Amino acid sequence: MKRLLLGALVVFLLGAVHGTRVAAADDDLYTAFGGKTGLAALMDDFVDRLVIDSRTKPFFEHADLDNLKTQLTDQLCALSGGPCQYGGKDMKTAHQGMSIRTSNFNALVEVLQQSMDAKKIPFTVQNRMLALLAPMHRDVITK
Amino acid sequence: MDISIRHAAEMFALALITVASTSEAQIGETGKLRLTGGVNSVDGVAGGGLTPWAVIGSNATADQVGAAPFGTVVKSKDYQLGTAGGAVGIRDRVELSFARQDFNTMATGAALGLPNLHLKQNIYGLKVKLSGNAILNQDTWMPQMAAGVLYKDLDAGGFAPTLTALGADDHGADFYVSATKLYLSRGLLVNGTLRLTKANQNGLLGFGGTAQNDYRPMAEGSIAYLFRKDLAVGGEYRMKPDNLNPSILGVGLKEDDWHDVFVAYAPTKNISVTAAYAGLGKIVPAIQPRTQAGFYLSGQVSF
Repeated sequence: MKRLLLGALVVFLLGAVHGTRVAAADDDLYTAFGGKTGLAALMDDFVDRLVIDSRTKPFFEHADLDNLKTQLTDQLCALSGGPCQYGGKDMKTAHQGMSIRTSNFNALVEVLQQSMDAKKIPFTVQNRMLALLAPMHRDVITK
Repeated sequence: MDISIRHAAEMFALALITVASTSEAQIGETGKLRLTGGVNSVDGVAGGGLTPWAVIGSNATADQVGAAPFGTVVKSKDYQLGTAGGAVGIRDRVELSFARQDFNTMATGAALGLPNLHLKQNIYGLKVKLSGNAILNQDTWMPQMAAGVLYKDLDAGGFAPTLTALGADDHGADFYVSATKLYLSRGLLVNGTLRLTKANQNGLLGFGGTAQNDYRPMAEGSIAYLFRKDLAVGGEYRMKPDNLNPSILGVGLKEDDWHDVFVAYAPTKNISVTAAYAGLGKIVPAIQPRTQAGFYLSGQVSF
């Protein structure tokens, strides 16, 4: 009986934790980034920097930049709790065969930080978005 | 360790740092994010000022080799400690480090009949990352884990016979495991370290003693808050053993835990400066009964 109660408690706590997670996935991060307009402007600036920065430039030589901007905007919109659906390739497929190293991934993060700084997004808000993006390193880093 | 072996070991450490800087230049620009490699502790290893972290030093990522030379000065009311050395990070997996400490005993040495007494110590470190990724695995609570060893070789000069009489060795090793995690969405970096050690005052007063000569587990912790990407503030606590209490000097060599509050500033990816206010407790209270609080200033270059 004790065991059963303990089991019920665990299930309840897991449910509570899960519930909190769902509740946390509201749209305040999306709003903090200026909604879809803000994110589109940010991704516009970001991609423009990516193709200029010598560390990230080689990876975008054959990319359709307008499409990239759209896909990234949708992705960050969905990730931050906005009303969007990311319809692009999954991260693993998108980066296959690109020989991306950790240093390249980190360079991209730095460029994103530059863009977020340029758009006057507060550091703490930047970090909330970066925390959502960072786990993608598992699929993006291929080398 | 005799002088020639010691000299050879120093040369080896220097050669290692040189080789690492050269091979880094060949591999290309190293790419860790700012402040995520920690700074060099007083023992040379990557971490906070007083305690090792599970991160691997230098800017080198998984396919790179990098180096992080540093210099640190700690000035308390009655003592001064200078440290210089560096860490070499290999493929973000293995860290080799070296530190040379020079502890100026100032008036205490003179009071013991040993004017200009300097206690000098070489510290050789090896750290291996075991699992995890403190920075990028933001979707899990699991920290990055590492294990390491610090071999410390003390040259106590004229104080050596006293240490022998106290039952303390002139060399010893610390074994530690560290767990480090950056909670990026909160801007918090947390570290916990468990160290097995016999070191008295970090080894500057030898290893072990007549009263207590076993390895003891000591808990250490650091917490840092990222204010900006180039600025972190935090605090640390480090438990220490008390092997020389009591000794032939009674409670005169009683030793206290260490703690600090720090600010780390990285104006560029390659440079960081750490300033801290350190509470070092009493050090040789037989001569200096007051608590040793003081300033800690450290500079690091990392590639």
